[in-house]
Amino acid sequence: MTNTTPVLQLQGITKRFPGVVANDRVTFDVGAGEIHAVVGENGAGKSTLMKIVTGLYPPDEGCIIFKGRPVAFRSPGQAIAAGIGIVHQHFMLVDAFTVAENVILGAEPARLGVIDPKTSVRQVSELCDRFGLKVDPAARVEDISVGEQQRVEILKVLYRGAEVIILDEPTAVLVPQEVEELFEHLMALKGQGKTVIFISHKLDEVLRVADVITVLRQGRVVGTVPAAEVTRERLAEMMVGRPVLFDLKRGPAAPGGVVLSVEGLTSVNGSRAVLDDLSLEVRAGEIYGLAGVEGNGQTELAEAIMGLRPVTGGRVTLLGEDVTNLSTGEVRRRRVAYIPEDRHRRGLVLPMTVWENVILGVHRSPEFSRGGRLLFRSILSSTEEAVRRFDVRLASVLAPAQTLSGGNQQKLILAREFRGDPGFILASQPTRGLDIGATEFVRQELLNARDRGAAVLLISADLEEVLSISDRIGVIYNGHIQAEFGRDEADPRTLGAYMTGARTARREGGSVAS
Amino acid sequence: MLSAEMLASAIRLAVPVIITAVGAIYSERSGVINIGLEGMMIAGCFTGAAVAFYAGPYAGILAAVAAGAFFALIHAVASVHFRVDQIVSGVAINILAYGVVRFSSLSIFKMATTTPHVDCLPKVTIPGLAAVPWLEPLVSKVSPLIFLAFLLIPFTAWVMNRTVFGLRLRSVGEHPLAAETLGVNVYLMKYCGVLISGALAGLSGAYLSIEHTQMYVEGMTQGLGFIALAAMIFGNWMPLGAMWAGLLFGFAQALSLRVVTEAVPYQFIKMVPYILTIVVLAGFVRRSRAPAAVGVPYERGEAA
Ligand SMILES: Nc1ncnc2c1ncn2[C@@H]1O[C@H](COP(=O)(O)OP(=O)(O)O)[C@@H](O)[C@H]1O
Ligand SMILES: [Mg+2]
Repeated sequence: MTNTTPVLQLQGITKRFPGVVANDRVTFDVGAGEIHAVVGENGAGKSTLMKIVTGLYPPDEGCIIFKGRPVAFRSPGQAIAAGIGIVHQHFMLVDAFTVAENVILGAEPARLGVIDPKTSVRQVSELCDRFGLKVDPAARVEDISVGEQQRVEILKVLYRGAEVIILDEPTAVLVPQEVEELFEHLMALKGQGKTVIFISHKLDEVLRVADVITVLRQGRVVGTVPAAEVTRERLAEMMVGRPVLFDLKRGPAAPGGVVLSVEGLTSVNGSRAVLDDLSLEVRAGEIYGLAGVEGNGQTELAEAIMGLRPVTGGRVTLLGEDVTNLSTGEVRRRRVAYIPEDRHRRGLVLPMTVWENVILGVHRSPEFSRGGRLLFRSILSSTEEAVRRFDVRLASVLAPAQTLSGGNQQKLILAREFRGDPGFILASQPTRGLDIGATEFVRQELLNARDRGAAVLLISADLEEVLSISDRIGVIYNGHIQAEFGRDEADPRTLGAYMTGARTARREGGSVAS
Repeated sequence: MLSAEMLASAIRLAVPVIITAVGAIYSERSGVINIGLEGMMIAGCFTGAAVAFYAGPYAGILAAVAAGAFFALIHAVASVHFRVDQIVSGVAINILAYGVVRFSSLSIFKMATTTPHVDCLPKVTIPGLAAVPWLEPLVSKVSPLIFLAFLLIPFTAWVMNRTVFGLRLRSVGEHPLAAETLGVNVYLMKYCGVLISGALAGLSGAYLSIEHTQMYVEGMTQGLGFIALAAMIFGNWMPLGAMWAGLLFGFAQALSLRVVTEAVPYQFIKMVPYILTIVVLAGFVRRSRAPAAVGVPYERGEAA
């Protein structure tokens, strides 16, 4: 299918986990010097396959041929020594170390066991220059952006001389600008003769960068096709196993009275203003989409509204009531649903069971407890019902939440938060890292809630998401709303210009179109 | 009150805390909590004195180091290899060491709680400095282990920050999976960290019994292993910090030894250094930062 010789051949790879065949006789070739995308829904077995290729798991069956020779790596160290490196979905970086320390770890340039920090910094910055990866080798990993952290992961692999570089869902954690940069880097790597295996479930991206695409579904290869010969619709169908509708059911908005009003909100972090005289209003029955490059105050705004961050100036009003600086519990009691951006840290208590997570925060309601005693029958039936309504796929409501896939975890959060028809919904990055099916589901639920009359504040770094479901759009930059648009006035180019601060606008009262 | 004698006394009392705390840094930086330091010190105290009695102080010190390392090996096997809860394993080491020492003492010396008097290492005097009157108590006729303790501080800082060993040791305590995927032998580093901490705790025990008291007395560690652990935490997992914390404790103890009053029972005065150390240092602990994966057992091949 490609005119290059294969550098890596997978032949009949099978991997079983208890109760699931993660990879089922997976066979395909990766050509030297190509960008080969592997796509598939969450749980399709992409990560497992790559962990097998890089020696983290042994395959149950099948063999891997690298540069014409069968190989069986028993550790990632062996794989990287042979020339296959991986950037995992969840970064494996030591936060407390510098960029250079992370890069050299395990392959330190040293004499008699003594490291010369200058040499290591120099080597790393040479590597940066050679591949056009911008990052400060002396910076601490915890202080740099997610996009830069990803570059550190790529540097780690390059530093060890990898010829095949695997990136597992590299764009899941990136904002649009960073995705652009990543793609430039991938092209540069290809230009230098490296082979790139790019895992994703975002079809637009895959079609843009990949030369060849392999689709996995339920552990099996559905097909391997040249990117030039396939459409997005066709790929989606291969991936999901049925035709996918890219349009959501979305009626016209019927905005009612103001539910959330934020006036002149200011909050400082140290000496820096993270929210700067920020004002916006969200009405009943509308979705207000807040677009912006991450780190411009979105997180802080959500925290300020939810009572998780002290506000130094301005007011937050919910249905006419001043809730500024109230505790989170007091805010939530006002029929507020909150989908936090970090579902692992703030949305769920991962080691706790599904039912515990579902009643978390409402465990004191008479429905669930009496005199400090939990009413199990009522809890379990209510959990079962919520799980059914939101189509959460799980083995048991008694299982810990961490056993659920990302999409199902998010549905679980919706199941909890949408109980009792919230009047205001704060949804922060609600579809980040979810597959097509789950993304579709979450967006549709937000639309349904809006149709039931809820006011929805949608904070998202995904511009496409903001454009597809919002009724009004605000752009946040440096902690301030730079511009607001009606649904039909907004286009990606204009929004992008405000998002990056290339354009700033005064905002007097009404919406500022451009 | 702040005389050179007082300072010298504070340093003598701080040394066991400092040596043990520096050892604890190796263990904690590799991600293993070593609450068994007290037991390892007890083992060092007794073994040091017992071997010194028969074979002289040098052999005694080496034996004490080996004894501390031996108990550390038990801790490492249990907590690293078999992933026993590190606190439980450490507590077990403390109880075990106490029992083994008492039993050995009875069987060797027919005395449960003490050994006979032993010789200490020859004292050191720094020729030039000893002539300065104010410095005299600090630099004349002091135990060579005191110098060793203070040399351990920069040495450990250097090991941690400048060597391959230190980098790998720290990486294992921060993010063992990341380290493993880069070919670092996680178990090996953890074993090294725990064994070094045990060896130094043993050395610190030898200092107590051979150098400080010149005999073993049951209970002579007085919880110093725990104080050392606290000093290491307050010192933010850094040798220099641990040194200051250790000195603070030594100073408070030296002070309490000089307070003689009828009004307050002696037991209460003995408590003061412990309480003072905790209270003063509690003010700093908020800024301290533990290795990210400390206390978490690591299982090989446990992929994210
Ligand atoms: N360590 C594991 N133990 C048990 N099941 C696993 C493990 N890793 C993955 N799985 C299961 O294997 C399947 C494929 O998972 P994965 O490879 O992570 O999919 P993808 O990366 O395509 O989202 C899923 O059903 C997942 O639950
Ligand atoms: Mg995956």
